[in-house]
Amino acid sequence: MSTVLSKKNVPDLSIEIGPIHLKNPVLAASGTFGYGQEFEAVMDLSRLGGIVTKAITLEPRLGNPPPRIVETASGMLNSIGLANVGVAAFVRDKMPFLRSCGTAVIVNVAGRSMEEYVEVARRLSDCPGIHALEINISCPNVQEGGLAFGADPKVAAAVIGAVRDVTQLPLIAKLTPNVTDIAGIAAAVQEAGADAVSLINTLVGMAIDATRGRPELGGVTGGLSGPAIKPVALAMVWKVAQAVRIPVIGMGGIMNAGDALEFMLAGAVAVQVGTANFVDPTSTIRIVEGLEDTLRERGMGSVKEIIGALEV
Amino acid sequence: MTDTKTTILHQERIVPQIFRLCLSSPGIAQEARPGQFVHLRIREGTDPLLRRPFSIHRVDRERGEVQVLYQVVGQGTRLLSRKPVGERLDALGPLGHGFEVSEEGGGVLLVAGGIGIAPRFFLCEDWLRGRAGTALIGARTRDGILCHDLLRSGGVTVHIATDDGSFGDRGVVTDLLNAQLEAGREASASPIVYACGPVAMLASVAALCRAYEVPCQVSLESRMACGLGACLGCAVKVRSSVPPGYEYQRVCTEGPVFEAEEVIW
Ligand SMILES: Cc1cc2nc3c(=O)[nH]c(=O)nc-3n(C[C@H](O)[C@H](O)[C@H](O)COP(=O)(O)OP(=O)(O)OC[C@H]3O[C@@H](n4cnc5c(N)ncnc54)[C@H](O)[C@@H]3O)c2cc1C
Ligand SMILES: Cc1cc2nc3c(=O)[nH]c(=O)nc-3n(C[C@H](O)[C@H](O)[C@H](O)COP(=O)(O)O)c2cc1C
Ligand code: FES
Repeated sequence: MSTVLSKKNVPDLSIEIGPIHLKNPVLAASGTFGYGQEFEAVMDLSRLGGIVTKAITLEPRLGNPPPRIVETASGMLNSIGLANVGVAAFVRDKMPFLRSCGTAVIVNVAGRSMEEYVEVARRLSDCPGIHALEINISCPNVQEGGLAFGADPKVAAAVIGAVRDVTQLPLIAKLTPNVTDIAGIAAAVQEAGADAVSLINTLVGMAIDATRGRPELGGVTGGLSGPAIKPVALAMVWKVAQAVRIPVIGMGGIMNAGDALEFMLAGAVAVQVGTANFVDPTSTIRIVEGLEDTLRERGMGSVKEIIGALEV
Repeated sequence: MTDTKTTILHQERIVPQIFRLCLSSPGIAQEARPGQFVHLRIREGTDPLLRRPFSIHRVDRERGEVQVLYQVVGQGTRLLSRKPVGERLDALGPLGHGFEVSEEGGGVLLVAGGIGIAPRFFLCEDWLRGRAGTALIGARTRDGILCHDLLRSGGVTVHIATDDGSFGDRGVVTDLLNAQLEAGREASASPIVYACGPVAMLASVAALCRAYEVPCQVSLESRMACGLGACLGCAVKVRSSVPPGYEYQRVCTEGPVFEAEEVIW
């Protein structure tokens, strides 16, 4: 059998996302894990494959008016907005801790204009300890009338291309599911120089309080996440994995190792865990352990044997 | 802070829709301070998905017990009320920033509307021992007036108001507060006010305290996801010295207890 099995029977969970080496394929998803420190008291952060930070913008942002969240059937809607400390305070106050966590640090970058993405990426490039940037092209583009940058293949490619020009850091393009052809967008950002794609961001949704005759969220509509979106996410990951050569990072409703395996079978090289962190703050570590157990049970030496192994 | 599997030791219905739950959790009992909360995972599975936050009502540090007093308002609290003794319950806590109790100053005035009595009780037991304390409790009807006997036996002076006059004075709890603050002004004794209850009540309490120039701390609620300060879902609007003059703070981290003066109602 495999050579790795002879080494104390510990399966190899490490993977590569383009130029980035991760000790395991489980990352904490943007916006659900703060700046890492919030989870320090409940877990050993060094056991994670990596941490993706909350979206960082050029200036600090206050975010949307409350209520910002509401639970829906097997999921939740959020309208946090891009509330964050801004790139300067992030580099000064948040990076020292993240750098010391013993795990890969991926910074999620957002902007309202092309220039904002470029400027944030440029400033982060000078900061040591960042392993990659995840470019969140799901935010509304103010210049193009509020449509997400990621909703149009040309605009998406333009953002990735512009950021590519100012940084040596590996770039992950985070795709929105609120489009008709996500594979087309993925192909476009690949051509523009993205090292990987990650998907899916939240689906646009709405909840109404019929008694009061008002929307449940201060932002009226919000982003749906959690188990409710998993089938949609799986289908999109599967489609995109066939359409591009670059690695795909899958997410959407992953609650346990079984869910993570499904995404990897569909072609994801790594997974991100979001809403599950709210339900059980140690979800990510449980998933790492569960993947390890599964590989051992199946006598597999490396997690790479699962990636894209779906038989259709 | 601990993420533990606690065990349900007792669960009793006090009045229709209001339950007292007692959990075994030495870790939480040891660390908890008045005003903090626990974040309970009601059940495995995805519906309900998120945890539910509840104030810590009372702790017994020696026996390692934690109590929660809650009202059934929806699916999560209904499922919780049906849990049998002996069942394991995943509790994250103690979380949040509790009441700040200063050693100086005049008496302590506790103001509670309905289920808002829950965290007030821990405050009394833990910190009021031997100090002059007055509790003002309000509810719609007599069934909503909780814990007054226990507070009285702990030496607290209790005044009660109900909307329908079925118990105590007919009226609202802020009428009681007005009378107390007026009496305090005449005696030039400045109390500190701790309030918890529905938002509309808290806003009136804050306005009264401002008018009487009395310090006031309020315990706020909001919907929560993580409870750990990570998701920013529990934001409340507070005053800020920098433009635009307000900012958002997290009920789970900077709160649930805030200085009433800071909150933008
Ligand atoms: C810090 C904190 C401390 C709390 N302490 C107590 C306590 O000691 N005792 C107690 O009975 N309740 C307390 N609550 C409120 C309690 O968390 C909610 O009543 C509970 O989450 C409702 O869950 P549900 O599934 O039964 O209702 P859902 O089906 O989720 O909702 C039913 C109704 O309750 C409202 N609701 C939901 N979540 C909250 C919330 N977090 N705050 C206020 N209203 C909500 C909804 O808008 C809806 O109208 C506290 C809340 C917070 C944030
Ligand atoms: C409260 C909350 C905040 C989020 N904030 C961001 C963000 O700042 N940037 C981003 O790219 N995605 C953000 N997301 C999306 C998640 O990273 C993830 O793509 C999505 O929630 C789907 O995964 P899940 O079902 O595991 O949560 C957020 C999600 C939630 C629930
Ligand atoms: S509940 Fe997540 S930040 Fe408060």
